[in-house]
Amino acid sequence: MKVEVGFRLNGYEVRAEVEPHLRLLDVLRDTLGETGTKEGCGEGECGACTVLVDGAAINSCLFPVCEAAGTSVMTVEGLAEANGALSPIQRAFLDHGGAQCGFCTPGIVMAGVALLAENPNPSDAEIRYSLTGNLCRCTGYVQIVAAIRAAAVATRGERGD
Amino acid sequence: MTDLLHIGRDVPRPDGADKVGGKALYIHDITRPGMLYGAIKFSEHAHARIVRIDTSRAQRLPGVRAVITGDDVPEVRFGFMRDNLALKKGKVRQFRDEIAAVAAIDPDIAKEAVDLIDVEYEPLPGLFTTADALADGAALIHETDPTGRPVTSNLVPAACSHRSGDLEAGKRASRFVAEGHYTVPRIQQASLGTAGCIAEFDLNGNLTVTAKTQIPFLAQRDFTNALRALGIKDKNVRVVVPAVGGAFGSGLDTHAYEYISILLAWHTGKPVKILYDRYEEFAYLSPRQSAELFIRQGCDENGKLTFREIEVTQDNGAYVSWGATYPNVMLVAATSLHRVPNVYFNATIVYTNNTYCQAMRGYGNPEVTWGIETNLEELAEKAGIDALEMRLLNCNQPGDVTPMGLNLQSCGLRECLEGTAEALDWDRTRSVSRRPGRGVGMAALINVGGGGKIYRSDGSGIILKLDDFGNVNVSYGGVEMGQGLHSALSLMVAEAVGVLPERVIINQTDTATAPWDVGTHASRGAFMAGNAARIAGARLRERIFALAEQVYPGEVERNLAALGEGEGLDEFDFRSVTRDGFDLRNGWLLCKDAGDEPWLRVELGRFLRAAHFAKEGGTGTMFTEEAFYEPPTDLPDWSAGYGNMSAAYTFGVQGVEVEVDEDTGEVTILRMVAVTDGGRVLSRQAAEGQLYGGIVQGVGYALYEEVHSSEGRILNPGFTDYKIPTAADIAFPIELQWVETNDPEGPFGAKGLGEAGIVPTAPAIANAIYDAVGVRIRDLPITPEKVVQALAAKVGE
Repeated sequence: MKVEVGFRLNGYEVRAEVEPHLRLLDVLRDTLGETGTKEGCGEGECGACTVLVDGAAINSCLFPVCEAAGTSVMTVEGLAEANGALSPIQRAFLDHGGAQCGFCTPGIVMAGVALLAENPNPSDAEIRYSLTGNLCRCTGYVQIVAAIRAAAVATRGERGD
Repeated sequence: MTDLLHIGRDVPRPDGADKVGGKALYIHDITRPGMLYGAIKFSEHAHARIVRIDTSRAQRLPGVRAVITGDDVPEVRFGFMRDNLALKKGKVRQFRDEIAAVAAIDPDIAKEAVDLIDVEYEPLPGLFTTADALADGAALIHETDPTGRPVTSNLVPAACSHRSGDLEAGKRASRFVAEGHYTVPRIQQASLGTAGCIAEFDLNGNLTVTAKTQIPFLAQRDFTNALRALGIKDKNVRVVVPAVGGAFGSGLDTHAYEYISILLAWHTGKPVKILYDRYEEFAYLSPRQSAELFIRQGCDENGKLTFREIEVTQDNGAYVSWGATYPNVMLVAATSLHRVPNVYFNATIVYTNNTYCQAMRGYGNPEVTWGIETNLEELAEKAGIDALEMRLLNCNQPGDVTPMGLNLQSCGLRECLEGTAEALDWDRTRSVSRRPGRGVGMAALINVGGGGKIYRSDGSGIILKLDDFGNVNVSYGGVEMGQGLHSALSLMVAEAVGVLPERVIINQTDTATAPWDVGTHASRGAFMAGNAARIAGARLRERIFALAEQVYPGEVERNLAALGEGEGLDEFDFRSVTRDGFDLRNGWLLCKDAGDEPWLRVELGRFLRAAHFAKEGGTGTMFTEEAFYEPPTDLPDWSAGYGNMSAAYTFGVQGVEVEVDEDTGEVTILRMVAVTDGGRVLSRQAAEGQLYGGIVQGVGYALYEEVHSSEGRILNPGFTDYKIPTAADIAFPIELQWVETNDPEGPFGAKGLGEAGIVPTAPAIANAIYDAVGVRIRDLPITPEKVVQALAAKVGE
């Protein structure tokens, strides 16, 4: 039996008739066609499916879609401007080599967004600690940490902090 | 080389924006109209006869469109020894053997149907160690070879050995000898994007496979052979590669799931997708090959190496894939890392009922370097010589031809050793007064840097197509899987043609449009693509400059009309410039001998349109050039272990400082340094990314990664129990330095870099641990348990 679930996705109201057992990840990817969010393990270990629910970074592979009802969900597709201009953190990942194969990247970028919202001036250790739930096999994390560090500076600059 | 405009720049990767924006399409993200989902029934025994397969309950499940077993479809053999079947018949030889498969309208129904397939087995004794498999009277894992001839042992017929100089004389000349057994485990490539494919036939009977592969053209050949097995002849197979979510060697062979997807598509007439989940990726895909090594090296009283002897035994698992050929690559370091005169190498590959193994970054080299560089330090200690000094004393030199016949045209190993020592402050930190539990170590590497000839061609084709707007569309057969091939290639094409890198458009590989390439492995992609691009780029320039003799004057006149008369017009005769007088830089056609006044520059797109849409009386032309680069290398004779298999060789040294907790055995890395001779750096961001990434994989290999199994069943098939390094584990600085030798065969002087990072990390760490606390760990991974046990044993001595 399907149920109707509604939430805000990247600033727009969405409604979907879904099987209630589905995960938020399934609905984002399969029902709503937003495939930017990836499934790397399906058991909350790798973080490739990280999205923000009401600003908090969560593993959408472990998040029942019904729990998303009435919330505001943000995925990697919601970061860039309408004209395609990348957000400061995306730009920083590009400039600092934070993406290689790119499969973990949407999740790591979203984890970075959540971190910088909470802590606009993180130390490298805080960046590393905040990413322990996001696995990357390509980069060795060095350029990812550099990207988030640079994004913190750019974001503070943009706000005039 | 001072005239390069783009090589060596620190620029973003061309596929980066789509990746940070979530727009890149991986196999996970692709669907086709009417597509079915495939799922596989895997064996529940490591070694058993299949008595009966009952698929009736699965067939009846609503939503199921096909259930197939090995008895329902023609036999599809694969693997380079053709000892593997897409769907097994009669017998299973490993836990992951594919017995049956389902196609259904959604993935959940497909998996449910698989669970409804009942298989009755007659279990057979399993062979899980090389010793058991080689024991007298051991059961045969394959009773016959692929042609049906009986076999007499579990040895894999993949001879690989080497003998050079006079081993006995080398031993006699030795004042000091060190020997030991060293082992390396199976590890998982652990790409974040799991494996998968979509197979579909069109109504002409041609097959398209969208595949996560590193070998689109060898896969095309393999799938064409599979079609022949189905009785489908003279049809086309097209392999299309989507964005690849990491591969690290896992895509170097074709897989049973790909053939099963083809069989299901053929059976149903629908596109069929098979996508592995993380459990399947760990449990049913081939990991890195394990190895047992016996190594003995000797030196004279001064520390000069006198001989090296290496005996390798590999637990191949149940079928032959590229794991069986790791020894071919081990030969490079075995014969040629450091100058060593008398060398013996032999490898024995053994079938067992464990999971069969495949390629992973470095492909035998990290395995053999683990043994050589650990053993070398044991030898140095016996000889009372500093390990750095011993390496410098025996250092490879440019121009050396090694015992394997490798021609080291460029070699910066000495500079790598010196740079590492300086970064570690070796003289003051090594083996001398320091804080207890702290130590430094290093290890060196040689790796193929100009391809690795293991197939009758190691070549690559490229097509450069100029459009009407000055863009260069590149078709290349290699695969971008994250390593930065497209980063390096966009810069090299820009340089070779004379355009800006952002005007170079590289599409992921499609066998329908790209020329042949042997595959993306052996750190070869940028080297091959770059050399092919240089040839094609030079041809494009030659043709453009020839036509410019006619087209250029008219375009300058248009400039003059638009701009008004230019300065210097009197001094320069733009109407009689000959082909040798032109240059093309950053998308502008120029005259070499003139100043760069705006009226003398013609934008490439405008020139191309003028050439394409010729004026009355002229003939239009377009500019597309192809080139095929075959490196000047030998396909080695593996039984003699001789041949110059690569067109260039990459060198490097990694140094590390560690702290060891003597109570818990925990090893903390304090800092690492990697000094690398990869020739000229092409894309700085990509080169650094390859080194950082390789080193961190090396840290996992050194300290914690291992695929555990019990009687052939994998015990840690997930990230919960199989730990790869996290960001918090890499809480130490990694310093990269480059020794930019300018290799004569390398494109713009570059050598391959994809694998170098992972090669010497583990022995460098082990050597630092020994320096710190005096225990020598010879079996990877170096877990705290092993360190504590070794420390306890040392106290007991």
